[in-house]
Amino acid sequence: MAILEVKGIKKRFGDNEVLKGIDFSLEKGEVIAIIGSSGSGKTTLLRCLNFLEFADEGTISVNGEVLYDGVAESSAKKKLKNDDKRLRKQRLHFGLVFQNFNLFPHKSVMGNLMLAPVLQAKSELSFMERWRFERSDAYASIHEKALSTLARVGLSEKQNSYPCELSGGQQQRVAIARALVMNPDILCFDEPTSALDPELTGEVLKVIRELKDSDTTMIVVTHEMEFARDVADKVIYMAGGVIEEAGTPEEVFGHPKSERTKAFLASRKNAASDEK
Amino acid sequence: MLTGFGETCLLFILTLVCALPLGLLICFGSISKIKPIRWLMKTIVWIIRGTPLLLQIIVVFYGPGLLFDYPMRSRFIAVLIAFVINYACYFSEIYRGGIESITKGQYEACAVLGMTKVQAFFHVILPQVIKRIIPPMSNEIITLVKDTSLARIIGVIELITVSQQIVNNYVILWPLFYAGAFYLVFNGLLTLLFGFIEKKLNYYKV
Repeated sequence: MAILEVKGIKKRFGDNEVLKGIDFSLEKGEVIAIIGSSGSGKTTLLRCLNFLEFADEGTISVNGEVLYDGVAESSAKKKLKNDDKRLRKQRLHFGLVFQNFNLFPHKSVMGNLMLAPVLQAKSELSFMERWRFERSDAYASIHEKALSTLARVGLSEKQNSYPCELSGGQQQRVAIARALVMNPDILCFDEPTSALDPELTGEVLKVIRELKDSDTTMIVVTHEMEFARDVADKVIYMAGGVIEEAGTPEEVFGHPKSERTKAFLASRKNAASDEK
Repeated sequence: MLTGFGETCLLFILTLVCALPLGLLICFGSISKIKPIRWLMKTIVWIIRGTPLLLQIIVVFYGPGLLFDYPMRSRFIAVLIAFVINYACYFSEIYRGGIESITKGQYEACAVLGMTKVQAFFHVILPQVIKRIIPPMSNEIITLVKDTSLARIIGVIELITVSQQIVNNYVILWPLFYAGAFYLVFNGLLTLLFGFIEKKLNYYKV
């Protein structure tokens, strides 16, 4: 059974219909790359999955459970938007790595990783238990989990550094670790290397590759065509709010059927060779 | 003169203790999504910032007696109320500037990590706001020290009042210089304190 099933997602901002019906599904451990020029709706799609935006129509199901139904939502008494408890629970199915990291600047690397899980654990405790929380087993296991996750992105030695002391690539790796600590079913990346200097993109892409090897289910919105080609199991090309073409990397990059896809890939190729 | 010192310090500290949290509340009101609350708070802030503190002290002291036949018993309380309301409004605008300078991304990062809005505010937003508002806050608080001298308008015995009495009674000028020196030292200490806090919060940059 598919871990994620997205059906008929539509989203408009005022008169501007950004998503015009998006369908796709994802198996556990699969990596899907979403490519397309800016304004094609890739980021909006990702934000709808993370409930930072709310789709007007369409359904989002994880592990067969319908998390969101745009049509039912529009007539629901208590909208998901206003139901903080349900919203938080549903958001935790997804992790999101932002283009510009959005680390917490006042927290150390470990502080960034541990803040959300510690707050989550504490919220279930009584007042007195919260007081002693830092000496509890639960705290120790969160600490351990954060340390091992940090090791996965190769930044163990930076645990006490602050984000401002790290390079962009390191900051993005911390952001990936921070998302991983929450154990999301699906980890989403919104152009994770677009804010980085070209020489720093490699380390971030390497981490994403390693995550794929350990069977993390991922959706990656990216402009890195080569990366999409050799890491993704599926590639979706989006244009004008619809999926113009979808398939294996071989199909989309090797034998694109649509004219728009061909034109887009050609333009990316030119851009890439210009950079070189 | 010592009673004058005491009264001035007490007024300063009590105003600060009450106005800092009240300012945050007013700030929440003025960025609230509920329109009537937002308008109400904006109007209050407009009135308070738009009129002299001196006038506000007089209104708070004489107002209840004239309007509701319920005279203010304590002159000190009247001055305190006027100061708290006045400074809370100024503080609220400083808080608002601080809160609005935090990027949307910080809120979104909290949201996708499953934090509640309250958790996000107190653990992520507020600590960053505090760092940003220390310089304007220190400015405002130093002004507060000097504004305490306005309390004499309704006869609260603070430092300048006492000095003035001595000057009048003994026909000597130096008590006023002492008073000036007191303000200078007080604000010097505050400046050092704020410098220290700024340095403490300098362990990270944005």
